[in-house]
Parts: sequence; structure tokens; C-alpha cells
Amino acid sequence: MLEKALLGDRRYWAWLAFLGALIGMGVVLYMYQFKTGLTITGLSRDVVWGFYIAQFTFLVGVAASAVMVVLPYYLHNYKAFAKITILGEFVAIASVAMCMMFIFVDMGVPYRITNVFLHPTPHSMMFWDTIVLSGYLVLNVLISRVTLQSERRGVAPPRWIKPIIILSIPWAVSIHTVTAFLYSGLAARPFWLTAILAPRFLASAFSAGPALLILLALVVRKLTRFDPGDEALRKLGVIVAYAMSINVFFVLMEIFTAVYSDIPEHVSHFQYLFTGIEGEATLVPWMWASVVLSVISLILLINPKTRNNLTTLAWACVTTYLALWIDKGLGMVIAGFVPSPLGKVVHYAPTLPELGISLAIYAVGAVIVTGLYKIALAERGLLETRSS
Amino acid sequence: MMDGSRRSFLKLAGLTALGAAGAAGASTRQASANPEVATEPAHTGTRLAMVVDLRKLDADGEVAKRCIEACHKAHNVPSFNSIKDEVKWIWTEDFETAFHSQEFHFLREDLEHKPTLLLCNHCDNPPCTRVCPTQATWKRESDGVVMMDWHRCIGCRYCIVACPYGSRSFNWRDPRTAENLADPAMRNPEFPTRMRGVVEKCNFCEERLARGEQPACVEACDNDELVFGDLNAPGSKVREMLGRHLAIRRKPGLGTQPEVYYIVDDPATLGAGSDEPAVAEQPEMEGDHA
Repeated sequence: MLEKALLGDRRYWAWLAFLGALIGMGVVLYMYQFKTGLTITGLSRDVVWGFYIAQFTFLVGVAASAVMVVLPYYLHNYKAFAKITILGEFVAIASVAMCMMFIFVDMGVPYRITNVFLHPTPHSMMFWDTIVLSGYLVLNVLISRVTLQSERRGVAPPRWIKPIIILSIPWAVSIHTVTAFLYSGLAARPFWLTAILAPRFLASAFSAGPALLILLALVVRKLTRFDPGDEALRKLGVIVAYAMSINVFFVLMEIFTAVYSDIPEHVSHFQYLFTGIEGEATLVPWMWASVVLSVISLILLINPKTRNNLTTLAWACVTTYLALWIDKGLGMVIAGFVPSPLGKVVHYAPTLPELGISLAIYAVGAVIVTGLYKIALAERGLLETRSS
Repeated sequence: MMDGSRRSFLKLAGLTALGAAGAAGASTRQASANPEVATEPAHTGTRLAMVVDLRKLDADGEVAKRCIEACHKAHNVPSFNSIKDEVKWIWTEDFETAFHSQEFHFLREDLEHKPTLLLCNHCDNPPCTRVCPTQATWKRESDGVVMMDWHRCIGCRYCIVACPYGSRSFNWRDPRTAENLADPAMRNPEFPTRMRGVVEKCNFCEERLARGEQPACVEACDNDELVFGDLNAPGSKVREMLGRHLAIRRKPGLGTQPEVYYIVDDPATLGAGSDEPAVAEQPEMEGDHA
């Protein structure tokens, strides 16, 4: 099966070479970090988690979003998702792999990672996050492999896989819930100390993930003979519309609670994000960009005309994805640290090596998605390109 | 990639959850970081605590400076020029900053800016040990000291995130290259240096306690500016001080039960007789998190 990833035209190899170059750069930068220490990042005594952990958090959401195609297809027998479901599972696999790499590069002593398994600690949310994430990876690799093999042989998937697929549905919810619990159970960090963090994580995941899936499906459709079908894409668009609306609603609830109660420790983090405090306003333009992008995406998603038009739907997906990436991949984690527990306002911005390593991890994710998509499409004999 | 070991640790996880032995198991482990102090104190039922007498700390922070130097020298705490890489076990902040979530209006200026010594609170209900995924930090049951195993720490920094007091530091770079430690002759040979990538913090001088000595910062004081002892022993000096003076703790509303107490002023100024035992916490200050 895997050998199918090794055949391809010049464009395919050029794309992989490009990703390979990015990964090579990342490896060199990581060796530099490994040798010098995490001092090469923008992190400090007060902002101890930053860009790496924020990407991890965002990508857990993308991984969980596979459930938005798996659930309708397997639980409700929604046939329009027949072709796209496997793509959703592949995105989940690549995302979990990226999550693990982001955790790994953030560790001070990475070669001690086995300590998490040697000394299992049920009272640590990080322990549970490790379990649910690795479990989710295993589930998705198994499910996609078995279903794809059956498809190749032209037979129905074996019956034993069905309960495993059903299990993957609550499991997807669990990975983002436990990831939210990493943050929301800390008395030290009022910004995250909110019961709505897990629901909000899920809402943003279920909009950003399917938005990415629509965009990937459109790209694949352009490059190959694979067609998930307009109905599937439009239905995914409806899912993005609902999830994005709920997400924005949750964010507004958070802001109301903090601002109306006017508790300084809660308001100050929102001030850091949206107005800046004590002259520290690094994230302010980003957060307002996120607001504008959210508004545009909601307009395009809620209006049936623009949602059903695949061109405007694509733009809706781009704006949704970017808005949520800024919100979660930048603001959510960093704002928890500023102001610090002692009320100090500190500056954090990722350094170039930090960004380079992150980019390389995204490139690994792209390689995984590319390879897996290629295998799936080759199995289905859909690889001959349309345009060239 | 990890499913092989998954079953065994799921089983273990279930067992530990059943027995609620996760914390207890960690606490009986000894500090492998320093073989010299691997034995735990023989006495049990001890709850070690510190009282910082702010009335006696001077406005220029001279006493505090002596305490910090003694601690950082004794524990080979690296000193870097960049604030970003800073590592500290005990340090000072203005009183106002140290207690920033408790507002004190029209505070006497000398008190407002009084250099206030801050260190790990060795909380009775520590949030840092709860979050550690490897039990590399734990509360020692025998005396309440919050311990660190630098040989087990993976450097995830979750404990720093969970600490409401900013008491923990991460080794962003190799501490052995710091200006005060680069030359091995400048190090205290009786205490280990750390490696890059692990978290460290005040250990209440557990290595000195094991030798029957007072913590280095307490020893550096000459007028009882810092008092250290067993909170569970009715006749102990810390108990006596807490009984006679009004002492406050940092962020009491979080339920962490910090075991470093601050005596702010003479009871006479607060309208209480010096013979009358005062309450240990000011209830009206707990409302900041309601």
C-alpha cells in the first residue's frame, strides 16, 4: 500500500522537495536549539509556553475535527461523505503527528520523554493528554487502513472495525477536552480558568478542521480526478457555519463575563489582547485581524448564497481558518501569561529559529497528508491529473 | 507508536487511581539529586513553615540581599546577565507587587516599597506537584517540603505554569556556563549543579535540614527577620509568632495554603493587643477570587 506514495509526476516530487527543504532547515535549527537550549526561543521566566504549545493546542483541534465527517458517515449513514471521510482521517493522523512533534521540540530534556510512561501520573492532565492523543493516532491509523484495504478488495469493511469507528467519535471529543483541561484547571491563570474553555476549543476545532478539509478537497479536486462531490463540500460548509457561529458566541460569553464582572485579574488579559497594557501591544493587531476575519467568515458562511457557491465558500474557509489560528495559535496561550501572576507585563514574540522549527513541523504534516492522500487516490485509481 | 506500553500503563493508571496512591507514591521517593541527603528526617507529623518579619526587613534590602546571596551561593543558582534566562530561588519584590492581588490603599510609602522576600511557598496543597506528568516534583509527606528531582524532570514547565507565585525557574541555557558557575572552583561542591532544560526552585534547604541546620537564608539573618520551624509543634517559634502577630499569606483565596507567612506590622497599629492571639489570615482579603 505504502509504495503508492513513491510514484508520481514531476509536480509531485517538486512539492515534496520543497517540503523536504523546509524540514531540512527545521532539523538544523532544532539541532541548534538542542545544543544551546530553549533560550533561542522568545520564551522567558514569565512566558514559559509560547508558539510551540500554541500550535500544539490549535492542531489538537484540527485532529479532533475528523469526527465531523466520521460521525455523519458512520453513525447516520450519510452517504455524501463516503469519499471525503478518509481524507478527514488522514488530516487527523497528520495533525496528531504534528502535535507530538510540537510537544517534543518544547521539552527541556526531550530524551527523557519516556519518563511520562515510566512514571504514569493520573493526577496530571498532561499524562491523560498523552494517552488520549496517542490512542487517537492509533485509532485513526487503524480505521483508515482497514477501510481503505476493504475498499481496494471491493468488500465491505470487517464488522469488528465498526465499534472501533464508533469509539473514535467520543475519543475525538476527549482529545480536545483533555487539552482544554491542561489549561482550565489552573488556579494560577485566571485567563484560562473558565468552564467554557473546553466547549470553546471544540467549537473552534469543528470549524477550523472542516474548513481546512474543504480547502484540501478543493485542491485535490483541481489536481486529480478525485471528486468528493459538491454535496459533501456544501454540507461541510454548513458544519463550518454552525461551529463558527457557536465559537464566536462562546468567545463573546467569555468577554462578557470578564468585562462585566470587571475583576482585574480577568479583564487584564483581554486588555493585553485587544488594547495592550503598559505599552505592550504585540498581539493587538493580530487579535483585531482575527475579529475582522471572523466577521467576514460569518457573513460568507451564514448567507446561503455565498455558502453554497464553492468559490465564496473557499474564501469563507480561508478566513475562518486564519481567524481561529490567530485566536488559538497565538492569543489563547500567550495571553494566559501576560500579565504574570505577579501582575507584571512582559513581552513575548517568537524568534526566527522558533518560527523556522514550527514551519518545518507543519511541513512534516504536509508530507504526511500528501503521502496519505496519494496512497488513497492511487488505490481508487483517481490519480491521473485533469489539467496536465 | 506508543500502543505497546499503553496497556501496561493504563492498568497502572487504574491501580493508582483506585488507591489514590499517585501522590503518596511520589512522596516516599527520595531526592536522588543529592545522594548525601537521601535520608528523610526521622520525625513525622512535621509541617515546616517560614515567617518573614517585614517589620525587620530594611528599606534598602540589605538583609534580603544577604539572604539571597547565601541561598544562591549554597545552591549553585546560576546568574545570567539576561533577564530572559533568569533563575532565582529567593528574590525581592516591592511589598505592593508581592501582594498585588490584595489591594492596600494609602499604604505607608516605606511599606509599599519594602523589599519583600519571595520564595517557594511550599504550599500545603501545591498545584505544581499536581500537574507534573512524571512526579519529578512532590510534597514530602514527612515535613511538607515541596521537592524536585532534577534527574527525572522532562522540562515541560507545566509546574511553572501552575504556580501562582512565580516561584519556579527553568534552565533556558546551561547553568554551568553562567558567570558565577563557569569556574568549578566557584561552585559549592556540596550541592549539585543542574543541567540545561530542567526546572528548579527553593527546596527549603532540605539538604541543610538533613544535617540539622537552619535554611541558608534564615542563617544569614541576625535579627530573626526570617523564622523557620515546625507549624505543628505548639511551642515552636513560628507558631508563637503567628499566634501573637497578624500575618498574611500570598493569594490565600486560591486554596494552595502557602506556608510562608508575612508579618506586616505591629498589632498595636492594627488595634489589637500584643497579648491577644490574632487570626492568621485577614478574611476580608480572601475575596479577590470570589
